Amino acid sequence: MSPRLSGDNLFKILAALLAASAAVILIATGYELFVGSSPVLQRFGLYFFTGTKWNPVETRVNPEIYGALPYLLGTLVTSAIALLIGVPLSLGIAIFLVEMAPRTLRVPVSYLVDLLAAVPSVIYGLWGYFVLRFFILDYIEIPLSRYLGWLPVFSGTPQGLDVLNGGIILAIMIIPTVSSVSREVIQAVPISIREGAYSIGATKWEVIRNWVLSYGRSGIFGAVILGLGRAVGETMAVTMVIGNAIGPSAIPTSLFKPSQTMASLIANNFLEATPGTLELSAYIGVGLFLLLLSLSINVIAQVMVTRILKVKGGAVE
Amino acid sequence: MKYKIVIAIVAIVVIVAGVVGYVYLASSSPPTTITLIGSGATFPYPLLSVMISHYHEQNTTVQITYDSKGSGGGISDLESKLVDFAASDAPLGATDMAKAPGTLHIPETIGAVTIAYNLPGIPTGLHLTGKVIADIFAGNVTMWNDSEIQNLNSNVTLPAKSIITVHRSDGSGTTFIFTGYLSVSSPAWNETIGQGKTVGWPMGLGAAGNTGVAQDVNNTQYTIGYVELAYTLQNGMTVAAVQNPTGNWILPSLNTIQLAVQTAASSGLPAGNQSWTNVSLLNANDPQAYPIVSFTYLLVYQELSVIPGMTQTRATALVQFLWWVVQPNGGQQYSSSLEYVPLPANVVQIDEASIQSITFNGQHLPTS
Repeated sequence: MSPRLSGDNLFKILAALLAASAAVILIATGYELFVGSSPVLQRFGLYFFTGTKWNPVETRVNPEIYGALPYLLGTLVTSAIALLIGVPLSLGIAIFLVEMAPRTLRVPVSYLVDLLAAVPSVIYGLWGYFVLRFFILDYIEIPLSRYLGWLPVFSGTPQGLDVLNGGIILAIMIIPTVSSVSREVIQAVPISIREGAYSIGATKWEVIRNWVLSYGRSGIFGAVILGLGRAVGETMAVTMVIGNAIGPSAIPTSLFKPSQTMASLIANNFLEATPGTLELSAYIGVGLFLLLLSLSINVIAQVMVTRILKVKGGAVE
Repeated sequence: MKYKIVIAIVAIVVIVAGVVGYVYLASSSPPTTITLIGSGATFPYPLLSVMISHYHEQNTTVQITYDSKGSGGGISDLESKLVDFAASDAPLGATDMAKAPGTLHIPETIGAVTIAYNLPGIPTGLHLTGKVIADIFAGNVTMWNDSEIQNLNSNVTLPAKSIITVHRSDGSGTTFIFTGYLSVSSPAWNETIGQGKTVGWPMGLGAAGNTGVAQDVNNTQYTIGYVELAYTLQNGMTVAAVQNPTGNWILPSLNTIQLAVQTAASSGLPAGNQSWTNVSLLNANDPQAYPIVSFTYLLVYQELSVIPGMTQTRATALVQFLWWVVQPNGGQQYSSSLEYVPLPANVVQIDEASIQSITFNGQHLPTS
């Protein structure tokens, strides 16, 4: 009896340690980022989060200075474009698969959509660089710039490596995440609700719009936030297509301007930064900034998804 | 049950194949006894890796690994004494010299920055001066038919198009050399933007690596970018003829670049153990020398016993490898075919003196 008990206890302790390691890794990462970025945070304080200049070289006129705002904006604007394009697409896929597709189509199509998530991001980057770039340049950017170039969002010389390309690539990359989670959410809407709606004479469109989507609202919101989390942290593909501008010129005031995201700034410069310099500390600081942003996005998603799971559980019982 | 048998057979086959393969490979290549480790700059990596594999063919007991993690990472590894040698595109500054006292600078090859452009119908040889290049990258000259460019090229019909500049998005030795040249050529550039591996570009497109800039320029009309010579030649790019201090318009080539190094070096280089921060190969004063040229360095401790785990045998192997790298009939013979510029004789001499000064526990080491 007693050896078996101690084996159980041992297993319990082991499992608890393994579970704790996740928390330890997160805390240790945060701590290291904080320590590494403290020189730049102490020197520039709030400017690091709200400033736009990024000048690693001290000259007579321009002092060394680091402000990460353009890259925060670059991250947020490309992610917003991704959501704007990717969410309607993903919802369409999810609704079609759950509500309309015949059984023979449902499985292969969902499989294909999920397969999009398995494509390495560098492949999306290559495609964006060699194919999508020239497509959007010829069919979107040059016409828009010719006729609507006076609008600030379409200003600048179109060349295809810019905020728009970055946003479109991200939109494609978030489709599997958003569509598969919303598919689960829509599936979780009880049949009884649909049947009730049909019985009072609602059309398919009305059922989906007024009952299914509204019932799954918070779950779909959670799916969108998960997609946002993916978009914010994506590095490789965006770095290859966003144009990698720096400093004030990276502020995404136009869709056709090169910009830069926080993740791509770090990926671009971290390796060559000289150890012990303020510049290296600034990249670590951007990493801290990015970690905080991703964490808050994920916390929101967790809360939303937990809410829908509760609804689902209640409905089943 | 059948499944289990199949899985067991597959597992056995895989394991046996692995063991047999390992034993076969281990027995076919003779045991390596000495391993040397280096890390640092990416620019010389293609050349270094070819040199290393040729050296290993001739000296099968010496195995050298080089991690091209970037100049900054190499310097950091050298300071932490994690590597036997490092490579950097820029010489050590005062701070790094203090952290790695007694480091020797050994130029092992030469970097040259070319100004590549994509102008439909306009071939190689557009005339540009350092000042105009600086004005273009600073955003003061924004149109290709700006009078500043047109005045230098009276025979060329320049398009009325906006200039798209392409710069490196990653920190890089190439940017360091290029912005150094712009700082020398334009006081305005020197005062506002300056020289660095990453600078605050006021405008333009950023691309990763020499390959990235070369691709962006080749794929985008009306662009101008700066690219290392090897990549320019490999990609067949159109490049500017840059005005040198004697007033001539010089195209970058192995000859015009080697001439620049030879001329600059003949007016004196520091000894290997001195500071190299003031060494400049820019604007060499020869009628045929290309103006945007720089060394890239191997960094090694003069007294090798400071590295933990260093032995007499390993120290000797390192010295012999370094010696071979700088010899015209050693490592340097692989330069030209890879579009790198071989070291001129007067630089080889300085390198040889530096390598001969390396010691282990105070004792000099044989170079061959």
